[in-house]
Amino acid sequence: MKKVALLTAAIIICAVPFYGQHFITKNGHISFYSDGPLEKIEAHNKQVNSALNIETGDMVFKVLMKSFVFEKALMQEHFNENYVESDKFPNATFKGKVVNMSDITLTKDGTYEADVEGELTIHGISNKIEDKGTFIVSKEGIHGNSKFNILLADYDISIPGAVTGKIAEEIEITVDVKLKKFSK
Amino acid sequence: MKKKIRSILIIAIIITLVSPSSAQDDLMDLFENEEPVTDYVYATFKTTRISLGQSVENPANGNLIFDIQHHFGRLNQGAYELFGLDQATLRLGFQYGITSWLSVGVGRSTFEKTYDGSVKAKLFRQSTGAITMPVSISYFGSIAINSLKFADTSRTNYFSSRLSYAHQILIARKFSSAISLQLTPTLIHRNLVERKIDDNDVWAMGAGGRFKLSKRISLNLEYYYIISEQTSKDFHDSFTVGFDIETGGHVFQLFLTNSQGIVEQHFIPRTSGDWLKGDIHFGFNISRTFVLKKPKEFAN
Repeated sequence: MKKVALLTAAIIICAVPFYGQHFITKNGHISFYSDGPLEKIEAHNKQVNSALNIETGDMVFKVLMKSFVFEKALMQEHFNENYVESDKFPNATFKGKVVNMSDITLTKDGTYEADVEGELTIHGISNKIEDKGTFIVSKEGIHGNSKFNILLADYDISIPGAVTGKIAEEIEITVDVKLKKFSK
Repeated sequence: MKKKIRSILIIAIIITLVSPSSAQDDLMDLFENEEPVTDYVYATFKTTRISLGQSVENPANGNLIFDIQHHFGRLNQGAYELFGLDQATLRLGFQYGITSWLSVGVGRSTFEKTYDGSVKAKLFRQSTGAITMPVSISYFGSIAINSLKFADTSRTNYFSSRLSYAHQILIARKFSSAISLQLTPTLIHRNLVERKIDDNDVWAMGAGGRFKLSKRISLNLEYYYIISEQTSKDFHDSFTVGFDIETGGHVFQLFLTNSQGIVEQHFIPRTSGDWLKGDIHFGFNISRTFVLKKPKEFAN
């Protein structure tokens, strides 16, 4: 009887972090775009880490800021050095949940709407965000897409006085990740 | 007995509940323990020049930089010459990044109607992570062609007499986001010099640094110490103090220097101005970058 109890206890402790099934990618694509009067700014990062637990709907992103590529190298340098301070804050992260995971049938191919909410951390500042995306389920895995806007001010990213009003204060972020079943 | 069992189970559940790692952190852990990557240092200096001399920076791959460099006359010439603003030495030049580590440049400066061609190659890059390298090291080489008419047409003049060369090893370290320092051992070779006692080969040691005052303004210092004996007797060491101001697409460099010449062959071995006597030139560099070859993420 005691053994059974110990075993149960051990299972509860050990199993919790491991239950569920993971879908994962290490080369997801995140881009951002802003259209100001002075500069159109566009950058792409094709080395985005993302993982989804299909049982719980937990979803995370980890984005290395230095991996964003800009058309102008000088702009990329300014982005890392002056705007997001990549040496101090190397990664942006998202920790959240697909709230309606139970509505998404992973056994059936199709396009599903996903309600995602959680905490987005950029430049060391965390904010709650909530947005809609789509999950395209196929035998290849889950293809997640989303588009949302953030305000630079929310993340304490300051625009220098000389270019205030010339660079947009809101940027559009596009997320495109092809998650595949994770096997150890 | 039953009590014991119950307590074991309760403890297990409590451990699970208070366990600090959330399910999302566990997911995040999937991305830990990655193989270490090499993290290269960027932006050791703002541009390809500290002020007058070269820095370890190259134009980015596929970028063309147009340089406008200006040194006015001496401040101590007084109001009649508007403190040197009436005269100027000018250089117009282009630099192009062929790869991320190799660039070429051409230019023309008004001083002795000199054309120049140059090459700069990154040999080592300062990095941490999988590959650790404490400094960045580059090679800079240039050839200058004096295109003035030969002064004495009665003797046989050779084209090779017009040529002079500069070789530099640039050794730099970015100590922090605010401080970068560089050492620059230099050899200048002139095919023809004025007098027999003059040095054809002039050795010099350059030292320069950047100190950021704000995110967009830095204080730059640059000094070239002449080692070769005869040249050090006849000329002064070049010393420059200036600021880098970046505004987005442009970088402006404003400085005060005792050197009139703009290319290495001129300002390193042939600086005649003396700071203490007020032989100071105000100067500026403006550079504008054009993207000729887009990164593959943008190639349509």
